[in-house]
Amino acid sequence: MLSFLHQPWPWYVAGPLIGLMVPILLLTGNKRLGISSSLRHICAACLPAKIPFFQYNWRKEIWNLFFVSGIILGGCIAVTLLASPEPIIVNEKLLTSLAANGITDHSTLIPVDIFNWSALLSVRGVLFMVFGGFLVGFGTRYAGGCTSGHSIMGISNLQWSSLVATCCFMTGGFIMTNCLIPFILKLS
Amino acid sequence: MQSIETNTDLEVRSLDSICINTSELVHPWWYNFKYLLYGTLFGIILTKSEVISWFRIQEMFRLESFHMYGVIGSAILVGVISVFIIKRFDIKTIYGEKVDLHSTPFNKGQVIGGLCFGFGWALTGACPGPLFAQIGTGATVTIITLLSAISGTWVYGLVREKLPH
Repeated sequence: MLSFLHQPWPWYVAGPLIGLMVPILLLTGNKRLGISSSLRHICAACLPAKIPFFQYNWRKEIWNLFFVSGIILGGCIAVTLLASPEPIIVNEKLLTSLAANGITDHSTLIPVDIFNWSALLSVRGVLFMVFGGFLVGFGTRYAGGCTSGHSIMGISNLQWSSLVATCCFMTGGFIMTNCLIPFILKLS
Repeated sequence: MQSIETNTDLEVRSLDSICINTSELVHPWWYNFKYLLYGTLFGIILTKSEVISWFRIQEMFRLESFHMYGVIGSAILVGVISVFIIKRFDIKTIYGEKVDLHSTPFNKGQVIGGLCFGFGWALTGACPGPLFAQIGTGATVTIITLLSAISGTWVYGLVREKLPH
């Protein structure tokens, strides 16, 4: 049992567990699963700057900040107490195309060849980390939710708007990965 | 007066958010540790299933692996069934409240913002949940990604009135 916990969890275990978070939050707290809102609460708490969008009582949503703090803690536990001994298995085609651009290290979940502190001084690093992060924060709030709020909670609630949002998330991802990232990877 | 203030606050909180807290119940602050525990479990699941991996996200968008589709698809399936059961049998929360399941109307933001988020998702390999989990895994530089995401949300708040919705 313990060795199973240390292995990477298959989709048919992880997916249903993620789905169960919906009724757990609804029934034990009347809360709707959603994570991107935490970014807004952080803005409202730290730098509201008289912007109307941030003028609300963020303390009423503080559960969301406890939830995301837990996610950080969970990530930490997963790589220490439940660490997997093997490097992550990546599709050969992806590895080949990455290796052509000097990205060879796949021992961790996040490629250290792209995501590291000194890369922040390069155009490529800024595009992946800073510009990418900006788009995540801007886009999720503009769309009114992210993968958890729209794709999982919203579709579970049979909202058309969430299905539209999810299709747009995927479309954006396909365009970026297949049309733009091959060029961005070539930048230094 | 009190109720007017509360209503305005709820209106502002409801803007572009589908996961706002409408519960009227007031609990002691330490009840929030419940959500810390749920978050911890969520973080462990996200990390152990490698959903937070940049490689997995690339594989998904390059159609080179079924993993992410399996995770998201089965999560949605379990969510749909759970919400259906809650609605069908009008199941109350453990505090006896009616479960709040109002719908969010469609607006242009879901298309334009959705595409923006899709671009960012592919670049960073992280949606907001994994963004937090990645920091926990010790990839300290992802703090910069998170700060950028927070600034993205802040800029959205700043220019919100000028954007099409």
